[in-house]
Amino acid sequence: MVKRRGDKMKTSIKRSKEDLIFDIINYTVLTLALFVVAYPLYFIVIASISDPDAVNNGLVWLLPVGITGEGYERIFQDSRIWLGYKNTFIYTIVGTLINITLTMMIAYPLSRKDFSGKKFLMIFLMITMYFNGGLIPTYLVVKDLHLNNSWWVMVILGAVSVYNVIIARTFLQNNIPEELYEAASIDGCSHFVFFIKMVLPLSKAIIAVLTLYYGIGHWNEFMRALIYLRDEKLYPLQIILRSILVQNMSQDPMMGDVENAVEMARIGELIKYGVIIVASVPVLLLYPLLQKYFVQGVMIGSVKG
Amino acid sequence: MQGIQKAKGERSLRSQIGKKQKVHKQSFIKKIIKTVKKDYQLYLLALPAIVYFILFHYWPMYGVQIAFKDFIAVKGITGSPWVGFKHFERFFTSFQFWRLMKNTLGISIYQLVAGFPIPIIMALLLNQTRNKRFKKVVQTVTYAPHFISVVVLTGMMYIFLSPRNGIVNQFIGLFGKDSVFFLGDPKYFKSVFVFSGVWQNAGWGSIIYLAALSGINPELYEAAKVDGATKLQTIWNIDIPGIMPTAVILLIMNVGRIMDVGFQKAYLLQNSLNVEASEIIATYIYKIGLLQSQYSYSTAIGLFNTIINIILLVSVNKIAKKVSDTSLW
Repeated sequence: MVKRRGDKMKTSIKRSKEDLIFDIINYTVLTLALFVVAYPLYFIVIASISDPDAVNNGLVWLLPVGITGEGYERIFQDSRIWLGYKNTFIYTIVGTLINITLTMMIAYPLSRKDFSGKKFLMIFLMITMYFNGGLIPTYLVVKDLHLNNSWWVMVILGAVSVYNVIIARTFLQNNIPEELYEAASIDGCSHFVFFIKMVLPLSKAIIAVLTLYYGIGHWNEFMRALIYLRDEKLYPLQIILRSILVQNMSQDPMMGDVENAVEMARIGELIKYGVIIVASVPVLLLYPLLQKYFVQGVMIGSVKG
Repeated sequence: MQGIQKAKGERSLRSQIGKKQKVHKQSFIKKIIKTVKKDYQLYLLALPAIVYFILFHYWPMYGVQIAFKDFIAVKGITGSPWVGFKHFERFFTSFQFWRLMKNTLGISIYQLVAGFPIPIIMALLLNQTRNKRFKKVVQTVTYAPHFISVVVLTGMMYIFLSPRNGIVNQFIGLFGKDSVFFLGDPKYFKSVFVFSGVWQNAGWGSIIYLAALSGINPELYEAAKVDGATKLQTIWNIDIPGIMPTAVILLIMNVGRIMDVGFQKAYLLQNSLNVEASEIIATYIYKIGLLQSQYSYSTAIGLFNTIINIILLVSVNKIAKKVSDTSLW
């Protein structure tokens, strides 16, 4: 008896020791991951307000050095960035509105068990997930519809994502009881009225999720503009960002007053950091507030159905 | 007398069958009318999205036929002459073919091998942390890069990987090593591509596994505790089997997209120095199609890409069904 208890104690000590080692390794690994992800983001922030010479010489590590707002000043003077900001804002708001409307409108019929076209429509949607015409055939259609090089292309292409339709449908299936409509229809309520008066108000959570998914998609959209837009007046923020960040063209129009080439390169670097912040601010401001909804979206999406 | 009766019988039989057919027909039409009456509002609600899919997804599918034609703009898609597999043959025999296949498959297999397990490991580790606050902080921070645009991501990479003053090379310099031109050397392109992706998406990818872990029956954990299992044993015997179905589904979906390496990032990271490693099918389709206006050739390459994806998806799904009983359909 005594011996057995001793054995048990030994195993439990062994267990707690192993668990302790596991915990130490676990917390170390996660802390490391935290650092690896957070540091680059943090660095961009401190570099954007530091003296560019200090950044170039590797003096900026933990805190900003020689604080300056010069980079941001130049950014706010740049008309290209303002225009890009404005365009992206419009594309995001109008595009997301179209997205939400169409997605909810098709998700509702698909969520109803008694809907006769349910199976066919699902297949109709799923096919587009795995098979598409590809770049050129889609380009030709856009051209035929005269949407090429117009702001319509930025809000209409990608108007419905099948993945988001499935998320929305799953949400409606789980949250709007079938009987609710039956009860309402006895009182002479049509599907239209039911959809607007009952379904939409009960779907606030999923509408929040969809707004975020679609909205961020529009905010970050680059490829569509690259393919379809030729007119600089229509350029969204991401295209402007590319010319500054990737093609190194932060110098040209706004540097008229800077004669010195070295000075130009110096400020060019500073502008890069600032522009990353300016472009990401709306998303980063919303993110902590709405994180809950993002995660919710993934959870709903992961329910197979 | 008998004859008359027979005739009568036949007639009545015939009229009966006729009636039955009529009734059947009527009930079928009635059924349609009834369904339409019942569901027309639902169809109307779905209509705008259906129109969208027909215009921007099914109409382009019709246009795919130009892969087998010599597309001439004035003659249109239907009027252009058929040329069979000419464009496919040209692609398969071009010197670009093997380079594109090697780069595309190389990046995506690398991505799968390195990128697939990391979110799983993260979820398993996060799931074992007792400290709620710490867990929350790690989650909030590691999800964040998912929302950064590809343009900003590549911009950050140019900044950090700069051979002159990039922070990575400054770090390497601390050890007295020469700086490395990561984005100008084909040799590093794949790793840079894959690990920037891991940095951006590993945290986000772990959410779905955390959801699967939270769905595991708590009794299993209690039983394990009673049996004196260590944390590592719990992970091995309960957590991993618990998330297996999710992992298999995601693996199938990933394999089905193996030829789809992100166009935007490859395109933005590409320059004349690393083009040897960074030219993938998607960037090539863009260049050939839109910059050089070889519409038919570009469409043929795209179609080849899609077909490989579908074949892979179907076969992996089949294998998964046999091996693990989990499948997409």
